[in-house]
Amino acid sequence: MRLLKLVADETRIPFMRFRKAFITLSMVAVLASIAMVLVKGMNFGIDFQGGILIEVRMPQAADMGKMRKELGGLGLGEVSLQEFGQPSDVLIRIGAQEGDASAQEAAVNAVKGALGEGVDYRRVEFVGPKVSSELLLDGVLAVGAAMVAMLIYIWLRFEWQFGLGAVLALMHDVFLTLGMFSLLGLEFNLSTVAAVLTIAGYSINDTVVVFDRIREDLRRFKSKPVVDLLNESINATLSRTLMTSLTTLVALLALFFLGGEVIRDFSFAMIFGIVVGTYSSICVASPLLLYTNVAARARSAADESTEGTAEAS
Amino acid sequence: MVYFPKWKIILVVVVCLMGVAYSAPNFLPKSATENLPGWLPSQQVNLGLDLQGGSHLLLEVEVDEVIKQYLEGIGESARAELRTARLRARSLTVVDNSVVITMAKADEVAKAREAVKGIEPGALVSTDGDTITIAPLNTTLVERRQSALQQSVEILRRRIDETGTREPTIQRQGDNRVLVQVPGLKDPDRLKAIIGKTAKLTFQLVDVENSVTDAMERGRVPPGSLLLEATEEDRAMGRQPAYLVKRRVLVSGEDLVDAHQSFEQRTNQPVVSFRLNARGAKKFGEVTTKNVGRPFAIILDKKVISAPVIREPIITGSGQISGSFTVQSAQDLALLLRAGALPAPIKVIEERTVGASLGADSISAGETACIVGMIAVIVFMLFAYGRFGVMADVALFFNLLLILAILSVIQATLTLPGIAGIVLTVGMAVDANVLIFERIREEVRAGRTPLSAIDAGYSRALSTIVDANVTTLIAAILLYAFGSGPVRGFAVTLAIGIATSMFTAIMVTRLMVVTWLRRTRPQELPL
Repeated sequence: MRLLKLVADETRIPFMRFRKAFITLSMVAVLASIAMVLVKGMNFGIDFQGGILIEVRMPQAADMGKMRKELGGLGLGEVSLQEFGQPSDVLIRIGAQEGDASAQEAAVNAVKGALGEGVDYRRVEFVGPKVSSELLLDGVLAVGAAMVAMLIYIWLRFEWQFGLGAVLALMHDVFLTLGMFSLLGLEFNLSTVAAVLTIAGYSINDTVVVFDRIREDLRRFKSKPVVDLLNESINATLSRTLMTSLTTLVALLALFFLGGEVIRDFSFAMIFGIVVGTYSSICVASPLLLYTNVAARARSAADESTEGTAEAS
Repeated sequence: MVYFPKWKIILVVVVCLMGVAYSAPNFLPKSATENLPGWLPSQQVNLGLDLQGGSHLLLEVEVDEVIKQYLEGIGESARAELRTARLRARSLTVVDNSVVITMAKADEVAKAREAVKGIEPGALVSTDGDTITIAPLNTTLVERRQSALQQSVEILRRRIDETGTREPTIQRQGDNRVLVQVPGLKDPDRLKAIIGKTAKLTFQLVDVENSVTDAMERGRVPPGSLLLEATEEDRAMGRQPAYLVKRRVLVSGEDLVDAHQSFEQRTNQPVVSFRLNARGAKKFGEVTTKNVGRPFAIILDKKVISAPVIREPIITGSGQISGSFTVQSAQDLALLLRAGALPAPIKVIEERTVGASLGADSISAGETACIVGMIAVIVFMLFAYGRFGVMADVALFFNLLLILAILSVIQATLTLPGIAGIVLTVGMAVDANVLIFERIREEVRAGRTPLSAIDAGYSRALSTIVDANVTTLIAAILLYAFGSGPVRGFAVTLAIGIATSMFTAIMVTRLMVVTWLRRTRPQELPL
């Protein structure tokens, strides 16, 4: 059987030649994402801004116009409706109600009263303002702590230049994902934070594989120009990088199309993150190493210890 | 790397077999697992509320209310002591965890201090000019808060158990919160109604000397009385909207020993029958004897349920509460009275209820995504690496079984994001093998023999695999630490998936590769 090869053996793509273009492109994209988030903002779900979410299945295809009119007339403030997966399923979002818990319950009951009989309430969620601000803080803390922890780990295992490059690439991926969510107006909630953290883990994972090879080559070929060496390391791991990204993407696409409406945004975040993460570990993380004079450090470190030769035997 | 000691082979085989055995119950219907012989594993994966349907309620107990009541109690005692000692206080207020009394005459302060000194043992009593401050110890306040929370948990448990719900989770969280998780619930609204009520029941005489209308319209409430609203049902039906009742409590819910729903014989209306303990019965007997012909109010959480007229002395300690009840609401009230009143009001600050139909849909969608994703990855690996791909696929299969087995054994909760974590693992699990295979290809291109290429491939890829997986593991651990509910489920499956995929990729495929290598001694690798 002839085996499928994503990448021809011994590719020699001069990635480093385009490093300025890559880095410029990424910087523009990151700045655009930050601007997007600052100007347009995130479409926070009830997890982070409080409010009520009700998913209903109507007895037949939902008449959105009629529902909008009925629910809008209840005096519950902003009510947004969204078809959810199939014509009979509707997601109703209502802002947090003034007053205590009973006010929220009254709002839910008002919706139930307006929709009438025969409706299946598939999901009712309510998050109070105190809880939502805590959840948001926890989410920010989780992502921040994850970045710091990964930076420290890479720092311990490699030299600090690698750690810096990896975390910059990771932040690049996280910012772009946030920007994409802002641009498309997708709901940003607890599962999205989970997705962002997974993207962070994946992005680092990808970067580590390339860095590992760069470190190994730096020790093996001491006199080779760094630009050539980076190119060769990236090319050597290219097949693996693409292969793993593809198997992961294939699994995630299955999740996106078949996993149901509830986790569709979550799957989308991961798919986007993995595409961006693959790009960044090849085109952002490695070029960044050039600017931190990584070669001198790594090579002198290899001279001091015999680790490099021990590993090759 | 190509040498496998016998014990390692046995270990790998045993782990895989255990994976099969402990994941097996998940492929059987629930009823079948109950009939398995005891020595076989029978635990299935524990499904989260988002998959099996149910309610997750985060409650906040207003423990400050308990402290307020406690301080007000001290204030009342102080007032009484001063009255006995014939001393006059100009004001008596609760300020920041202490009671402040301002005396009318400055020269009475010393005497007043003596009078109130013994009210609360351990409290700090200090004077400053014409004021006296009674400040209970901080530890006392903390203890009171904690016991209020503890008591709330117990009463909530009693209430929820009485509804006949199976396997509820009721946990304290932090200083003033309780997490209630109830799977497979048909009527979440009823649960909330039962949880949310403080259920403080009192019997108090109706103030018939003063006019309710005066109190309602002009705010003229006599000092010894209270203006209380009627229940929402009564107000909706246009009955008397409010009552003026005496402040003094005749009998309270604490003296109740039993309550159940029954029917009024004459009208056949649902009512709640109750029985009082000896102390309550005696008190109730005395009061009803003295007040025949007068109405008394039955008050639940500051709302008047009804105000029947005492026709004759009630000395047996049994009675009925009538009101605008349905059978259900009478049953619920009886349940609340049996379980007891909460020490402090409770607020729902987060609710997530998933219906059984959505849960079932999510499970089947998750299963489909998992299977399709896996088949796609299997085919992909087969085309990319041929014979080696098949070995990676076998490892992937065992990886899935191991994840299921571990989830079943540790009884971790599988949530919808958890299923997503498994699907993601399916995609990423082959990564370790991809790394190894690509490395072997490279070593072959560099001119090594099959055996030495495989050896070098495994040993060189290993540190990369460890580094790459540890970083993802860090993300999973932090997700678990900061996440809640379903997201934690994702962190758990992701972490388990990383561990099992490293095991299957490094040990299981290597065993297969090495065995194949020994048997066939190929001159060239089909890679």
